[in-house]
Parts: sequence; structure tokens; C-alpha cells
Amino acid sequence: MKDYGAESASAESVAVASSSDVVSARQMVRTLSQRTGLSLVHQTKLVTATSELGRNMLIYGGGGVVRAASVLDGTRSGVFVEFADEGPGIADLDLAMTDGWTSGNGMGLGLSGARRLVDEFDIASRPGGTTVRIVKWSR
Amino acid sequence: MVDEGARVLLDRLVTGREEFVAQWTGRVGEELRGRLSTVELSRELGELYEAVVAGLSAGGLDGRGESFGEARSLLIELSRTRARQGFTPTETARSVFALKEVLEPALAADAEGARVYLQFARLLDDLGLLTTEAYVRTREEIISSQAEQLLELSTPVVKLWDGVVGVPLVGTLDSARTQVVMEKLLQTLVDSDSTHAIIDITGVATVDTQVAQHLLKTVVAARMMGAQCIISGIRPQIAQTIVALGIEFGDIPTNASLSDALRQALKEIAANAEDDVRGLL
Repeated sequence: MKDYGAESASAESVAVASSSDVVSARQMVRTLSQRTGLSLVHQTKLVTATSELGRNMLIYGGGGVVRAASVLDGTRSGVFVEFADEGPGIADLDLAMTDGWTSGNGMGLGLSGARRLVDEFDIASRPGGTTVRIVKWSR
Repeated sequence: MVDEGARVLLDRLVTGREEFVAQWTGRVGEELRGRLSTVELSRELGELYEAVVAGLSAGGLDGRGESFGEARSLLIELSRTRARQGFTPTETARSVFALKEVLEPALAADAEGARVYLQFARLLDDLGLLTTEAYVRTREEIISSQAEQLLELSTPVVKLWDGVVGVPLVGTLDSARTQVVMEKLLQTLVDSDSTHAIIDITGVATVDTQVAQHLLKTVVAARMMGAQCIISGIRPQIAQTIVALGIEFGDIPTNASLSDALRQALKEIAANAEDDVRGLL
């Protein structure tokens, strides 16, 4: 994924350790999307992706940190969100990204669905941590 | 058991009882600025004073020891009442610490008294911390009971028409709420003899796979009881998100608005009634 300067100090973050923190992360991303000028549909998609990835991080990664920032690429603006945990990692990424496959008792659509909800999706996983980074552009 | 320091302290506390309790009540009363009556305060602190004296005479200066059991339970009770009445933790703890201020000039005048005073201060610090502990615990109890009440409040099941019940969902749908919703819905279906249930998700901000999964479970449970479920309140952005996520609602009817869902339910009920009449003829 291209570096959009999301490491800047303007990033906000929420530590996720319980399901109510997932709600806080969602609210943070929603507010940021509104401020960045994303349309209602794009806002909803990004917030839903945040919900999926945030909950995955909580259930399978034992919790972590959600960071979000407004980013610019030329003239278009967007929202960047990063999910970083220090969990056991995902053993088989291809399998995990398959529709309907789950190691828990969910629907198996969280990861694959989240990828379809956003414009850019990047996942890196190894034993000791998983990082998912997503971007949704305003148009 | 009683050491020399405790005996000196005990003597002075017993001798100066009236004066100390009066001063203590005065100081705490000042702090609380008339939000508790002086009579009540004087009774509370008087009892506490007696319990501390009793604790000292029985087992020395260990605030967490067995001999202070009575004093501790009085303090916990006091903290609980204060927490419920809306006093701050500082004000609650100061009720104990104020006794130090009262005793300081009376005890610290001579070297022997000063030594005893320091020991006693440590005991009071311990008891003061105890009030904060009890205060926080009470607040947590209040919060968790309110959360429970909120869960009940936020999931009403209403009768919309003869044979049709509605469940307006607001906020987030987690496992705990789904459980409450499902129980209430199934019971209402039985009680009101309804054949149709409309679950309205207009007030649910985010419909992700977890929410969808919970909705599907609720619908399946209602179907097992012979009721038809309609999900209404699917806004355009939610519809697009659900499709992108890849969630299938299968043959569960969905509608944009509650009124459409109600119309559909009534139509089905009318059709069924007609079939029944034909069957009789």
C-alpha cells in the first residue's frame, strides 16, 4: 500500500480491549469520515469495515489498537484506518480471506467482506501480530 | 494484645470522647455544607468513634485486623449511603480524615502523644482508603444495574395490529441484546397470538456480520414457532453495505419502511383468512 502520510500526528486512535471499544472505534471513524467529506454510503461502508476488522482483532488477536487519519492523494481525500494487534497471527491468509470460512462461529464474511467495502486493503500477518490497513476514498 | 501506644491513645480517646466527636462532626459538617443533618452526622460519626475505640481496645492498631470488623462494616455502610446520595469520593474519605485534624492538636502536644498520633494516623489512612474502595464498588453496582435496566428499556416489543407485533431496534445489537430481544419477541408472539413479526432496524447505525447473524437467528427462532418475520428499515446505504459484505438474507422478506412491512403482513393475514373461509365452505 502506498504511503499516504497517515503516520502524521493527526492520527487518532482507540485501544480495543472489549466490544464497547469496537463501538468507540466505529464512532471515531464515523466522525472522521464525516469531517473528510465521505458520502453517506462510503461512510457506512467504512464504518462497517471498521466494525468487522475491529471485532476480528478483538476476538482472534486478543485486542489491539485502531488508528485512523484523514489522508490526501493528489486532489482526492480519504480516510485511512489501521488495525494492529499482537495476537497469534493468521496461519493461512488465503484461507482466511475466503468467503464463508471462519475459525470461530461467525459468518466467515468479516475479512473478505471488509475488503470489498473499502478501496484499498492491505494485510500483514505473522506469529506475534497482524496489521490490517484500509483506505476509503471520497469518490 | 494491647500495646503501650494503643493504651495511651485509648485513654485519651475515651476521656475526650464528647469533645472529639463534636469537633469531628463540626468539621465534616462544614465539608458537606449542610447536605446532611447535624443530628444524623453526629449519630453516624459517634457510632464510628465507638467502633474505632472498641477496635483499639480489642486488638491494637491494625485497621485490617479482626478487631476493626465493626468499624469497617460501619464505614462500608457509610460509603455506600454517601455514594448513593451523590457525594464525591473525596468528601466521603474526608469524613474519616477529618478525625486526624481533630486529634492532631490534642495528641501531638507532647512527644509520647505525637508518636501515638502517627500510629493512629496510619490506621485512619487505612480506614479512609477503605471508604474509597466501598464507594467505587457501590458506584459500579449502580452502573451495572443501570446497564441492565437500559437493556430492558431499549428493546420493546409492541403490538402493531391484530396478529402483528413489531420490534423497533435502536443502537447496537450484541449477543446480550439479541438474547433479550429474542426472548421478548417469542413470548409476545405467544401471548398476543400473533402470526407476523416485524423487526425494524431503522435505528441500528451499523449492520455488520455480527448484527446480521443475530437478526437471522432471531428470525429462525420465530419461524420455528410458526410466525413470519419481516425485516424493515433497510436504508439505501445499509442495503449497499450488506450486499458488498456478501450477507444473504435468503428468503426473509425485507422492506425499506415499517409501513410497507405492515402492509405486507396485513395482506398475508387477509389472504390466509380467505383460505380459511374457503376451506370451511
